[in-house]
Amino acid sequence: MDLVLIVFGGAFLLVVIGLVLFIISIYNKLIRLGADCDNGWAQIDVQLKRRYDLIPNLVETVKGYASHEKETLDAVISARAKAVQTHDASDQGAKAMGRAEGELTQALGRLMVVAEQYPDLKANQNFAQLQEELTSTENKIGFARQHFNDCVARFEVGRTTFPSNVISGMFNFKEREYFELEDPGAREAPAVSFG
Amino acid sequence: MPIDPTPGVPTPGDDPLRPHPRPHPRPAQDKPQPEKSRDKRPPPSNPSALDEAVTERIRAMPGSLTFLDLIRKNRRDSVLLITAMILLAASLGAVAGGVLLPGFQHHWDSSMHPDDRFVRLLWLWRPALIGAGVMFVLSSGAALWSWFRGSNTMLRMVHAKEITKELDPELFNVVDEMRIAAGIPMPRVYLIPESALNAFATGRDPEHGVVAITTGLRAKLTRDELQGVMAHEIAHIRHLDIRFSMLMATMVGLIVLLSDFVLRTGAYTASSRSRRSNNKGNGGAVLLVVIAMLLALVAPFIAQVIQFTFSRRREYLADAGAAELTRNPAGLASALRKLADDKEPLVETANRGTAHMFIMNPLRRVSGRKKSRHEKASLFSSHPPVADRIARLLALTR
Repeated sequence: MDLVLIVFGGAFLLVVIGLVLFIISIYNKLIRLGADCDNGWAQIDVQLKRRYDLIPNLVETVKGYASHEKETLDAVISARAKAVQTHDASDQGAKAMGRAEGELTQALGRLMVVAEQYPDLKANQNFAQLQEELTSTENKIGFARQHFNDCVARFEVGRTTFPSNVISGMFNFKEREYFELEDPGAREAPAVSFG
Repeated sequence: MPIDPTPGVPTPGDDPLRPHPRPHPRPAQDKPQPEKSRDKRPPPSNPSALDEAVTERIRAMPGSLTFLDLIRKNRRDSVLLITAMILLAASLGAVAGGVLLPGFQHHWDSSMHPDDRFVRLLWLWRPALIGAGVMFVLSSGAALWSWFRGSNTMLRMVHAKEITKELDPELFNVVDEMRIAAGIPMPRVYLIPESALNAFATGRDPEHGVVAITTGLRAKLTRDELQGVMAHEIAHIRHLDIRFSMLMATMVGLIVLLSDFVLRTGAYTASSRSRRSNNKGNGGAVLLVVIAMLLALVAPFIAQVIQFTFSRRREYLADAGAAELTRNPAGLASALRKLADDKEPLVETANRGTAHMFIMNPLRRVSGRKKSRHEKASLFSSHPPVADRIARLLALTR
């Protein structure tokens, strides 16, 4: 009698311990995947800010050679202002930011096409440096976005597939948004070509 | 039929010195390209032996091959390979100990020890256990050394110099882009002052990552190609390939050393032991010595074959990883093509110990028989045939 009790009690205890360990491991996995996403987002943020910082310099340099391209320059400035505003307003989601950033990318692309027509500008050392930095920053935004979206994809797979979806339901893990650049033309971040 | 540069992109300006950011418009081709003409970036127009080999290999591949499949397969095989390596090292140590250490032929003295089967077995196998133990301590020591000192040693051996962003903004930006895509910290960047075309990565984990490129290769690549090469190196860092390959190289070195030791002392031991055991009629020990020597003869080769198999797999995996990071396999494919056509493959400071670290085998022979270089997949080559690597990359763009 006692032996039976011990055997069954022991088995029950083992099952409970196993279950608790299982839940802990999945919970930790989801937390880790979520942290990866946050880190990925921080990386995008760094590059977006870098781009905001580069643009005034670029606009000044272009102005010195092509001051009458006011329309294109103003478009870049206002697109930047809008992107910064969307960026700083914490209530805006990834969607709204994606749209603003997409517009900024487009405006910059047009500015670069315009810059093509000024050989003096292109020969400027400062402009060449800015151009390299801006291209690379565009690329970095693209790659950071790619990394972030991969992280979100992994998190979402963990959050929505069995058995981890049970645990994510228990602890109320929120769905995460992908970061998409809204404009299809701006989807390819490195598509800004300076020729 | 001319192939239009990517539509919607302004044509390149009149400044040929500036590398073009991607996408690169390529000059129009004047020859029809079979099969691959739908790729965004067609290969150079003169079809060489390499081109033919690539086309042939692409045709032989299953259509649904993705880099995820490659990564999964490579990862699985890597675990198998490292296990085989450890088993080989331990068993060699055990056999060497069993043969060389005195005491194997001693009889069990029951008056000295309790009649416990397990203890008795341990006692009988004492020399073998000591051998395995010594091997274990030795290999751990060597592993620890390569863990902490390996990277610096490697960099010193090739006379690599660390550079800062001001010296080469484009290279730094490309590395930065790739490490962002991989989600790892920024590695240090080194230049190797050599005109040969090559690159490698080192560092035991992403926090200690280093990428190094020869000045010759740096000067020869477009931005897209540079990105592919750097992505390959970053992929090595991200996959922890360097840790594995350093430990593996250390282990192989140990096995070679030990085998040599067994071979040198084994002959002497065998003769003296057979003299001693003649009157006892103990031929078993002699047989064991012979077996051990045979094993010592074969083990280094097996170890090297395993190391090279492993090394080739890691190269494929890093190529696949580069495709994952850049989403542009054609960039690396084009860079590999340039590397393969290099007339000066030997990095002067590379040797057999470090060859497996480079993106392209720095010790490969450049003979007149160009074809053999591209096509042979030997058990003793540290890198896969370049045609196969290019074919696998281009297969991803289909």
